[in-house]
Amino acid sequence: MNVAINGPKILFTLPIFGGINITESVRNSWLVLIIVTCLCYWLTKDLSVHNPGKKQIVAEKLVLFVKGLVDSNMGSQWAHMIPFVGTILTFSFLSSVMSVAGLRSPTADFSVTAAMALVTFFFIEFYHLKSKGLLGFFTRLTEPVIVMTPMNIVGEFATPLSLALRHFGNIASGTVITALVYGALAGLSQFILGWIPNTFIANIPIMQIGIPAVLSVYFDLFSSGIQAYIFCMLTMANIAGAVE
Amino acid sequence: MERALVLAASAIGIGLAMIAGLGPGIGEGYAVGQACAAIGRQPEAQGKIQSTMILGCAIAETTGIYSLVVSLILLFANPLVNLL
Repeated sequence: MNVAINGPKILFTLPIFGGINITESVRNSWLVLIIVTCLCYWLTKDLSVHNPGKKQIVAEKLVLFVKGLVDSNMGSQWAHMIPFVGTILTFSFLSSVMSVAGLRSPTADFSVTAAMALVTFFFIEFYHLKSKGLLGFFTRLTEPVIVMTPMNIVGEFATPLSLALRHFGNIASGTVITALVYGALAGLSQFILGWIPNTFIANIPIMQIGIPAVLSVYFDLFSSGIQAYIFCMLTMANIAGAVE
Repeated sequence: MERALVLAASAIGIGLAMIAGLGPGIGEGYAVGQACAAIGRQPEAQGKIQSTMILGCAIAETTGIYSLVVSLILLFANPLVNLL
């Protein structure tokens, strides 16, 4: 019995800029992009105002859900952020939920969540710059007293770091715990059936049937949804908080 | 010998780091309990209370996640072994 927990495997290396590694996370995020593109195309095909089909109602529900989130958390003047928040939500949810299909979630890789948090970070800094001007952008770090400057600078970088680590930690811990439980259940079924001399019966993974599905519902479906939601909520709160 | 010592100490460190899971557990439990009480008093404000609670829980969880990341680093990418 061996429990293999490793990072994303390197599939191949692009021979440019000294070799760019294409890992499982990269491939799976490409897969997410393809799924999202196809879904968008399929859901928005033949839209109509007077007699909407089932697909159109689903698409409208999704758009209205994101619009409702942005409206209630940021205000209606932030309508231009709806596409960004929707993108983050869709990408994060589909990436995490991918582990249901047995693929490695891209969000279980710190690089992917760090990239998402970096985009949010640039948005936050951009809106600080836009609302306060160049001078106010730097003087806000010295508030309330000048002694607090190092603390404020650390705090500025702690925001994207904690965003990325939170998402990564939740999804990666789900992966690790699922792998550990799977290994333990394999050992248990060996313990129950291993004494039977018939090799076919002795190798039936009796404990691995059904029990991992319960974990999967929590870690793959519930946790993915909650983490995508939380990532969006914190993104919106931070960006809206930059303009005050 | 030295390597074994470092690995044993890291294993103990991983266990100790995960004690930090205690704090977020208590904090989130308290927050959820308060949210339940609030929903009981004002059932019409359920949506607002729920989203605020989830946001608060996410922030309270941060320290626990930090400890998890520390233990994951010690488990899978132990920097102390490389120092030998």
